[in-house]
Amino acid sequence: MELLELVEIKPKKVGIIPCNGEELPEGTLTRFACRKLLDKLKPGSTVTICLPLFIAGGKEEREFANKFPTITVDGCDKRCSQISTERLSGKPRYSIVITDLLKEHGINAPGSARTLMDADQTAIDLVAGEIVKKVDSTLAEGQ
Amino acid sequence: MEDKAEKGNKVLVLPCSGIGKAYGEMARQAAYTLIEDFYPDQVITTCLAKLMIGDPDAVNLVKNNTVFTIDGCASDCARKNVESTGKKVDHSVRVINIFKHHKDLRPTGVLDLGEPGFKLVQFLAEDLAKEIDCLGKKED
Repeated sequence: MELLELVEIKPKKVGIIPCNGEELPEGTLTRFACRKLLDKLKPGSTVTICLPLFIAGGKEEREFANKFPTITVDGCDKRCSQISTERLSGKPRYSIVITDLLKEHGINAPGSARTLMDADQTAIDLVAGEIVKKVDSTLAEGQ
Repeated sequence: MEDKAEKGNKVLVLPCSGIGKAYGEMARQAAYTLIEDFYPDQVITTCLAKLMIGDPDAVNLVKNNTVFTIDGCASDCARKNVESTGKKVDHSVRVINIFKHHKDLRPTGVLDLGEPGFKLVQFLAEDLAKEIDCLGKKED
């Protein structure tokens, strides 16, 4: 009898889903950190989707979390991205809440949701760095 | 502010805040222009994503106020998310349409819109301001 070798399938790309919350500066921070990841830190191994497409889009959009292991990035503890992704697409691999992360590192939230200042770069770097760690773990862990 | 808003005398502006292209950031910046520069006492926003989890405060804001949506693209995420609560939007626009009238202007990046992008944001906000002014005249 021929024995089949089981091969571990590792994902090539990770889906990043920020909440993009309009009301809070932390929502803006989710956008800037995620774009930094997508454009500069992990351009070849990350993809994103607009969160509200889970309702506005079709089957293909709702398949996102089945196609890619996902990391949700929420501005506050309402966890809109995490809960919506879980309900409408699939369970995220990791979930990050920015208010918790900033508190843990003693970094102030940006002062405005409209515009981030130079001083907010530390917060962007912190959040982006945290997502990078989760992306690396996800890619290493496999499906 | 939310107490008054719950009584229905505000304009709630909800941009899609799309993350893939500059259109979403333009929608978001147009909303902030209306809220902070043009109508600080009359226009408000809430997080669109709160509607996705059925947050009661956000749903009440939508149900009890005049709702404008600003969508980046033809997916109309903001409008459809509002409509998923059972509310029909009072006015909706798509950012992509503003490009048709200003073909010489292109944002410089997805989040960094640059001067051309912010000019487009200003045009978009001014168009929306006209609609808000019309609402005021109707009420008079």
